[in-house]
Amino acid sequence: MAIIVTEQTRLVVQGITGREGSFHALRNRDYGTQLVAGVTPGKGGQDVDGVPVFDTVADAVRERGANTSMVFVPPRFAADAIYEAVDAGCETVICITEGIPAHEMLRIYNYIRPRGVTMLGPNCPGALSPGIANVGIIPAQVFAQGRIGLVSRSGTLTYQIGKELADLGLGNSTIVGIGGDPIVGSSFIDVLERFEVDPETDLVVMVGEIGGDEEEKAGDYIAGWMTKPVVAYIAGFQAPPGKTMGHAGAIISGSSGTAAGKKAALEARGIPVGESPTAAARLAAERVA
Amino acid sequence: MDLYEYQGKQLFARFGIPVSDGLVATTPEEARAAAEQLSDPVMVKAQVLVGGRGKAGGIKYAATPDDAEQHARAILGMDIRGHVVRRLWIERASDIEREYYLSITFDRGAKRPLLMLTTAGGIEIEQVAEETPEKLARLHVDPLTGLLPFHARRLCFAAGIPSDEVKQVTAIIERAYEAFVETDAMLVEINPLIVTPDGIVRALDSKYTVDDNALFRHPDIAEMRDTSAANEQEQLAREKGVNFVKLENAGWEPDGGEPKPAHWFDGSRDIGTLANGAGLAMSTIDVVADAGRASGHGPANFLDVGGGANAESIATAIGVLLEDPNVRVVLFNVFGGITRGDEVAQGILTALERLGTDMPIVVRLDGTNAEEGRAMLAAAAPPNVHVEATMLGAAERAVALAGGEA
Repeated sequence: MAIIVTEQTRLVVQGITGREGSFHALRNRDYGTQLVAGVTPGKGGQDVDGVPVFDTVADAVRERGANTSMVFVPPRFAADAIYEAVDAGCETVICITEGIPAHEMLRIYNYIRPRGVTMLGPNCPGALSPGIANVGIIPAQVFAQGRIGLVSRSGTLTYQIGKELADLGLGNSTIVGIGGDPIVGSSFIDVLERFEVDPETDLVVMVGEIGGDEEEKAGDYIAGWMTKPVVAYIAGFQAPPGKTMGHAGAIISGSSGTAAGKKAALEARGIPVGESPTAAARLAAERVA
Repeated sequence: MDLYEYQGKQLFARFGIPVSDGLVATTPEEARAAAEQLSDPVMVKAQVLVGGRGKAGGIKYAATPDDAEQHARAILGMDIRGHVVRRLWIERASDIEREYYLSITFDRGAKRPLLMLTTAGGIEIEQVAEETPEKLARLHVDPLTGLLPFHARRLCFAAGIPSDEVKQVTAIIERAYEAFVETDAMLVEINPLIVTPDGIVRALDSKYTVDDNALFRHPDIAEMRDTSAANEQEQLAREKGVNFVKLENAGWEPDGGEPKPAHWFDGSRDIGTLANGAGLAMSTIDVVADAGRASGHGPANFLDVGGGANAESIATAIGVLLEDPNVRVVLFNVFGGITRGDEVAQGILTALERLGTDMPIVVRLDGTNAEEGRAMLAAAAPPNVHVEATMLGAAERAVALAGGEA
């Protein structure tokens, strides 16, 4: 069954005629994802390697039954693209674009929540259900098919942990990148809730980093509500306070949002935290063996 | 991007929040001229992007232009918690009857802006929140409706603002919220918000942070960035478009700042690190610090070359790393997704040729086209390049090389 991206996913790519957009859209299709349409305003009627391009997302939904949008447009147009996808009726929006102003995301978040839309990102690598579908830029060759759910704020760090798991003979049900911005469409908890009820997931690895308090909140949720085991990894123990570490959301403010604080909060709730990606993968392996 | 006090006040003035008159000075002579122009007693205030100026002696009262010049001479060049004072704000001195506190923060947890107001101003707000939380009025605003007039009124009454000041304070709250949204701020803080003996409410200080991702639509604010405030290597990195943070042992208590965390690496920072992606770059410095803790060799920096790094950007990034005279080994940790291993290998070979360095470079390549990349490095076989198969192995190798092992 997997979560978020599945056999039912009918993908429309906003920004499909751009260099990055077309490259990754076609890669997703080659992997087996049902890529049904692309959207670039003014280029309706064209096609990208056989994929029909529409002027609006509404057209793509009506003509091709798209239910999931991947946003690949530049940051200053991305907020508009997200609203357009939601307005057209897409149930899932996956935004790869990095650099959307935080205030825009604040409004988008408060707009989409009551509408029941699932959003990943912005500034995320997308989601991959090995053997089923891939929406985004995650290199599928790194991951094996299996029963471990993986949720992360970071792209390449996720690949690292996927590789460590694969080296131990373990695969994934779905890999979900929620994004590295201060406000993202889905929190750890939103994704953990889905893994909890996914019959193909036995255990979840949660990959956090400095900044905010989503890991701590997830800790409360895991301890209070989850029956499946969760192991965690946190990046940024050596990050100095007040400096943005690459991701807009990865910043320690005063004494809040530190890696040590997150690790302590998770461990206090009985959630083991690996010291390195290698150690986190071993913790996962011990629990599924 | 953090703004200086005077820059924040310029934005306050633009949005109609009352502030005192003042002028910027970068020399004692300019400070004197500013005091003469303001023709009243002034405050000479160090402009630094760190708290605790007052305690450090960075804020002085000057009754005359002579005093202003003398204080300026003492404060300019002063080191306040690692920040050297290069600018002063010379401001007409205010008589203060009472001090309040007002802030609008970007509440990541609640996904809404958070307004806070208290009449217990002028001190650390964390202290108020801890000791007398009932005095701190808090209110979240729905970003879709924006701030409504009743929000501002409710906040004033909850904080216990005297009724004859409510009109002024609600106006300041409304304008501060407008500034917060219009300038894409992550923080707007007025501490203290003063009341003068004749009942005028005015912002006496400002703390202002603007979202870096929104600077493209605020070119005037982007220009306010003081590039000389950053460390030279960080400045070079910014110019080159490299995502770089220098890691330092200083800046913790007792020199200022937070208490040093137990896990903080405290040895020699002689390993320059580079990774693709913020999470992996953070993980890399953590793993290097752990590997080198015993022998005292650890990470000199955080550097994320970003997704889709190519040969040119890799070569540029190595150039930035080599600017640090303490660096003795460079560690590459690249997991290709969009980034391709062959491009990375080409970048390393280009950089070696261009920079002519014989510094040991430990390379760990994985993911997209990693095999091709490793093959290219093996074929060129530069004597100072050491290829490792895993992240941990690469970290351990870098530590050993920094310690003098061949």
